[in-house]
Amino acid sequence: MKIASLTSALLAGAFLAFPAMSAELRIGLNDDADVLDPAQSRTFVGRLVYTAMCDKLVDISQEMKIVPQLATEWAWSEGGNVLTMKIRDGVKFHDGEVLDAAAVVATIERNMTLPESRRKSELASVAKVEASGPLEVKFTLKSPDVTLLAQLSDRAGMIVSPKAAKELGANFGSKPVCAGPFKFVERIQQDRIVLEKFADYWDKDKILVDKITYLPIPDTTVKLANLRSGDLDIAERISASDAESVKNDPNLTYADVIGPGYMAMYANVANGERADNPLGKDKRLRQAFSLAIDREAISQIVYEGTAMAGNQPFPPSSPWFNKDLAVPARDIEKAKQLMKEAGYETLDIELQHANNTTQTQMMQVIQSMVAEAGFNVSLKATEFATLLSEQTAGNYQLSRSDWSGRIDPDGNLHQFVTCKGGINDVKYCNPEVDKLLDEARTSPDDAVRKEKYDAASVILADDMPIIYLGHQPYAYAISNKVEGFEPSPDGMMRLLGVSKK
Amino acid sequence: MPVYIGKRLLVAIPTLLIISIFVFSLQKLLPGDPILAMAGEERDPATIAFLREKYHLNDPVIVQYFSWIGGILVGDFGISLRTNQPVLELIGQKLPVTIQLAVMSMILALLIGIPAGILAAVYKNRAWDYIANIVALSGLSVPNFWLGIMLILLVSVNLGWLPASGYESIFVDPVRSIKTMIMPAFVLSTALAAQLMRHTRSAMLGVLSSDYIRTARAKGLSPREIILSHTFRNALLPIVTLSALLFGELLAGAVLTEQIFTIPGFGKLTVDAVFTRDYAVVQGIVMCTAIGFILMNLIADVLYVLLNPRLRATL
Repeated sequence: MKIASLTSALLAGAFLAFPAMSAELRIGLNDDADVLDPAQSRTFVGRLVYTAMCDKLVDISQEMKIVPQLATEWAWSEGGNVLTMKIRDGVKFHDGEVLDAAAVVATIERNMTLPESRRKSELASVAKVEASGPLEVKFTLKSPDVTLLAQLSDRAGMIVSPKAAKELGANFGSKPVCAGPFKFVERIQQDRIVLEKFADYWDKDKILVDKITYLPIPDTTVKLANLRSGDLDIAERISASDAESVKNDPNLTYADVIGPGYMAMYANVANGERADNPLGKDKRLRQAFSLAIDREAISQIVYEGTAMAGNQPFPPSSPWFNKDLAVPARDIEKAKQLMKEAGYETLDIELQHANNTTQTQMMQVIQSMVAEAGFNVSLKATEFATLLSEQTAGNYQLSRSDWSGRIDPDGNLHQFVTCKGGINDVKYCNPEVDKLLDEARTSPDDAVRKEKYDAASVILADDMPIIYLGHQPYAYAISNKVEGFEPSPDGMMRLLGVSKK
Repeated sequence: MPVYIGKRLLVAIPTLLIISIFVFSLQKLLPGDPILAMAGEERDPATIAFLREKYHLNDPVIVQYFSWIGGILVGDFGISLRTNQPVLELIGQKLPVTIQLAVMSMILALLIGIPAGILAAVYKNRAWDYIANIVALSGLSVPNFWLGIMLILLVSVNLGWLPASGYESIFVDPVRSIKTMIMPAFVLSTALAAQLMRHTRSAMLGVLSSDYIRTARAKGLSPREIILSHTFRNALLPIVTLSALLFGELLAGAVLTEQIFTIPGFGKLTVDAVFTRDYAVVQGIVMCTAIGFILMNLIADVLYVLLNPRLRATL
C-alpha cells in the first residue's frame, strides 16, 4: 500500500514536474531595452531584464526595505564614512567564474571609470573600493552617504564577470555575463531578448521556469491580444483603460502596485527668462493652482481608480510620506482668495505636456478644473524628446512630466530641488531645503532622516516649485497559467518562485 | 543597355547628394536633443558632456555633414546613438525582415489585383466589374491599423489560428516565419491590390478598345488568347512601373503595420530612431531608402525595355 502510494506520488510528481521543467515564460514589455550592460544602460525595461539576469549586492523587499542578495550582511563605520560588505560564498557567474570580493571591486571600479558608464553620478560619493578579505569589500566614502545602499540595489550594484567585462569592454552589452538566476541566450533588437535557467545559481531551487523570452510590444491592444491568444504569459505596465477588461477576463488576472515615482507639474520659478511670469514669481498663485485640482477625481477619471492621489514626492503608502501634510481636497474658494491676494482675477498660463492620450486627457481635466478658479490654461502637447529639452532649457511656464521614482527618498527629491541639483529644471533654490536634504543623506538613522524630509516637505509644499499630482501604479495582466507572480513596488519583475502550469 | 544603365546611375549621384543635404539639415532642425533623450532620467551633466564629445555633436554642423558623407563614401554610416551598433549593421538586420514582408505582400497584391483588374475590364459595367470595384474601394479606404487589429482579434484571439504578432526568420523556422508574416502581409497588400486592380482595369480597357484588338477578334482568335497575349502584355507596361514604385514604398517601411504586428523591420526602426533622435540611424535609413527607390525605378525602366521591343531603338 505504502509502496503503491509512494509510486503514484512519485509518478504524479514526475508528471507535475515535467511541464514545469520545460516551461517558457513569455513576457510582453512596453518597449525595447537599450544596451544590456548594467554600467551603460538607462532604460526602465533594461532594468526589468536585469532583474532576472543580474544579481545585485542588495535587493529590495516587498516592504521597500534593503535586503541581502549577493552581500549577506553589511555595516556602516562610526561616522558613516566606510561601508563594509560580506559577499555570499559559492556564487558563480554565468561563465563559470567565481564571484568574490575581487569581482565586486572590479565591477564597482568599472562602473566608476568606464568612459561610457552612466553609473558615475550614482557612485559619486565613493572614494575607494577595495577587497578587505576574499569575501569582504570595503567602500570608503568622500563624505557620509546612506543612499549608497539604495544605489547598490540597482544597476550600480549588479556584479558582472570581470573576465567577460575585460574581454568585451564597452561592448559587454552584446553578451552580458552576470550572476543572476537566468543567463543571456540571444537578443534580436526590437523583437526579443531570450534568457535561460542558470543551473549553477546560488539559489537555484527557486527557479521554476526554464526559459524567459521578453518581447517588446508597444501597442497595448496588441499586447493584450497576444496575452489572450496565449502568445504571452505576462504583460507589464498595461494601461489603466485596459484594467477593467483584464479583470473581466476569466483567463487573466490583474495585479497592480503603486510605484515609488510621482506625476507632477514643474513650475518654472527661476530657469531663464520665461520664469519671469506671475506664476513663477508668486507662490500664492501656484498654491491656488494646486488647490483648484481635484486629485482624487483625476485618479478616478483618467486612471480608472488605479492611480493614487498625492501631494508629495512619496506616495501616501510610503513610510517617507509626511502624514501631517495630507493630500488636500479641492477648494475653489480658497484658490480664488489666494489669487485675489496675489492681485489676479484671472491668469493665462501655458502648460506643456507629452502628446499621448492619457496625458492629454489628464491635462484637459485639469484645464477645466483650474478654469473655475480663474486660470486660463492653454495646453501645448509636445512630443516627449522635445518636452525634455524644453524643460531643461527653461523654455516653459508649467511643464508636466513624471519621475519613475527611487527606492531611497533622496532620489525623489535631492536632485530636483537643491540649488545645484542635476535635474533641477525649475531652478528652485532655498538654502534651508539644501541643508535639510544634505543632512538627510548622511544619517544612517531612518528616524533622523524622516524628520529632515518632513521639514523639507513643509517648505516645499509652501513654496510649491513642483506641484505633485499623484502616483501611478505598475499594472500587470497575467495569464492564469502563471503561478507565484507578485508585483514588486519598485516595478521590477522578480521571477524566482514563479512557475507556469 | 549597359551604357544606358551606367548613364542612369551617374544621374543618380546628384540626386543622392541633394537628398543627403536635405535629410541632414532637416534632422538638425528637429527640436529635441538626442543626448538628452539618451542620457536617461537623471540627465547627469558629466554623461551628457561625454556623449556630446563622443558623437562629435560639438563640431560645427558643416563639419558634421562632411564627416558623415565622407564616412558613407567608404561604407561607414556611423553608429547608433541608442544601441552603439553600426548603422549599416542595424539596417542589414532589419532589411531582410522588411524585404520578406514586402515580397509577401507584393505577391499577394499581384495575385489579387491583376486578375481582379482583368476581370473588371473584360466584364466592364457588369457584376464582376462592380464587385471588383467595391472590394478595391474598401481595400483603399480601410485603414491598415484598424484592419490589423481586427484581424489579430479575429484570427489570433478568437480563432487561435495564427500568432498575434512577432517575427521569426525564414531561415530558422520557415513555417512559423510564414505564419507570423501572412497577416501583416495581407493587411499591407489590401491597398496595393486595390491600386493594382484599378490600374490594370484602365490599362486593359485602353488596349481593348484599340484597332488591332478588333482585328484580332475579326480574325477569329479565341477571347482567351486576345485577352492574355494581345491585351494583357501591352497593358502590362504601366502596371510594371506602378508595381516597382509600390514595392519601393513597401521597402521604405510599412511603419504602421510593423508597429501593430511588432515586426522588427525597417519601419519600426525608423519610428524608434525618430523618437529617440537617433540622428545617424535616421540619416542612414533615408539614404538607403533613396538608393532603393532609385534602383527600383531603374529596374522598372529596364523591364519596360525588355517588355516593349519598340523602346529598344530609343536607347
